[in-house]
Amino acid sequence: MKTSKYKKLLTHLILIAGIGITVLPFLWMLCTSFKTKGESMMIPPTILPERFVTEAYYSVMTALPFGRIYMNTVFSTVITVAGQVVICTLAAYSFARIKFPGRDILFLLVLSVLMVPGQIFLVPQYLIVQKLGLLDTLCALFLPNLFSAFGTFMMRQFFLSLPDELEEAAILDGCSRIQILINIMVPLVKSGIVALVIFTAKFAWNDFMWPLIVNTTTTKMTLAPALSTLQGQHTNDYPAQMAGAVLAVIPMVVLFFVFQKQFIEGVAHTGVKG
Amino acid sequence: MQGTTRKKIAKRQWKEWGEGYLFIAPLLLGIFVFYIFPFIQNFWFSFNEVNKFNVATFYGLNNYIEMCKDKELWSALGNTLLYVGITVPVGLMLSLFVAALLNTKIRGTSFYRTIYFLPSVTMSAAVAMVWKWIYNEQYGLLNAAMKAGGFSPHGWITDPRTALFMVMIVGIWGTVGYNMIILLAGMQGISRSYYEAASVDGASGICQFFKITVPMLSPTIFFVMITSVIGGFQVFDTIYMMIGKANTAYRSTQTLVMIFYRNAFDYGHKGYAAAISILIFSIIMLVTVIQMIGQKKWVNYD
Repeated sequence: MKTSKYKKLLTHLILIAGIGITVLPFLWMLCTSFKTKGESMMIPPTILPERFVTEAYYSVMTALPFGRIYMNTVFSTVITVAGQVVICTLAAYSFARIKFPGRDILFLLVLSVLMVPGQIFLVPQYLIVQKLGLLDTLCALFLPNLFSAFGTFMMRQFFLSLPDELEEAAILDGCSRIQILINIMVPLVKSGIVALVIFTAKFAWNDFMWPLIVNTTTTKMTLAPALSTLQGQHTNDYPAQMAGAVLAVIPMVVLFFVFQKQFIEGVAHTGVKG
Repeated sequence: MQGTTRKKIAKRQWKEWGEGYLFIAPLLLGIFVFYIFPFIQNFWFSFNEVNKFNVATFYGLNNYIEMCKDKELWSALGNTLLYVGITVPVGLMLSLFVAALLNTKIRGTSFYRTIYFLPSVTMSAAVAMVWKWIYNEQYGLLNAAMKAGGFSPHGWITDPRTALFMVMIVGIWGTVGYNMIILLAGMQGISRSYYEAASVDGASGICQFFKITVPMLSPTIFFVMITSVIGGFQVFDTIYMMIGKANTAYRSTQTLVMIFYRNAFDYGHKGYAAAISILIFSIIMLVTVIQMIGQKKWVNYD
């Protein structure tokens, strides 16, 4: 009996040590962001700010059009999520539940995109966006990401798990497919849509290389590449860099704490399916 | 009479097909324009020289020949393989270990799960900036701790010998929680009865872990391994943020994707970059196929 008690204690100790390593960078980021530039470069460093100042946040706001960048990121994330939900759900439903010639080969084609690393598409994608005259516009941020093979694959799995009888009655009653999809199917795959929203939001908010490439004017940037610009401009202003990082990270962290169950279940699900 | 019903059925089928195509049309259009056409064009570009004004001239196999002679590329390949070769097994073992600890009857598992998952929802660019600050040679937290412990400070990410390893730590830190969640879900799917039977036979916890958990979990472990390898080959954000072009460790941390990015969007060698992207694709494919063949030896699906 006693050994199991010690075992539990040991388990907790190890897990808490792990939590320390996980959380430490976040705490250090927060602490530094409220220090003055001078204090951040003290040797040895202070742990908590001696003088709690929000100076760093002001310098981030003035160094870059931060409000604008924030809105760009929100805009691009919302459009990407909404677009993917509509486009992927429609296609996934069709691939899963409607029989038409060439369906399987077309689905295989979509699926093949999943197997290819993103760099393969990048140069031509950039040139297409350039040809369309969309470089350095908000459209460039979300354009290729509206079409997701992964999202379609995931939603299709959800539609496949539903019983066939669901639609038969509705079809005999003369309902159109779009009515069936919206009124009957969507409520049944709600957890799939939630997972898709979460995955896509996380991806779009944090995405780095694509927005870095297409939009180089600061007023058209998203947060991730803007942090790189900030780092370049304020090389030694560590509180400002950390303040930028805090602001960039907060929305996803809040979203995560609100929807942690859905986040974690969504991820757990991918492994079981795979 | 029969004719009209057949017509009706035919009409219904046409309608059905029409709706089927209509629903996939937006996706297919996008996939064709932004993925399939680019895939083909990229392949074509790899046999071309694409200049600063994006005009392509046929170049034959020269990009590929150049690639063979490019020492920087070979060292980037070495760095990438080292990154994958270390982050994948270490990350996998750590996530297995944490998952196993959380799969016991202890309190607060959902709290632990949530905190461990946190790094994988946060922006890698932001996180990289924070780690860079921690690794800072003069004012960083790590060197302050080293000094407090009586060690001499070190230029963690400016020393070519240590820089890549410091980046690996960030990579592992960022993915352990995510993989742990997948593995934990797999572990929870293993029937309790196996463990009960083993306990009756007097098998220890560690023995049970290796004799029951790992074999039963092997398909999930395999899944995590495949995705981690693919992710590892494409590491970019953290290195871009942490190691600038002026950094003395730049060469020793340059990965394939970094060299691809520089050629495509910095140096204006889009044709050469296209060839590099084909190399990345081929290597990932090759490694995945090897893993697929290798899995037959250790993954059991029943």
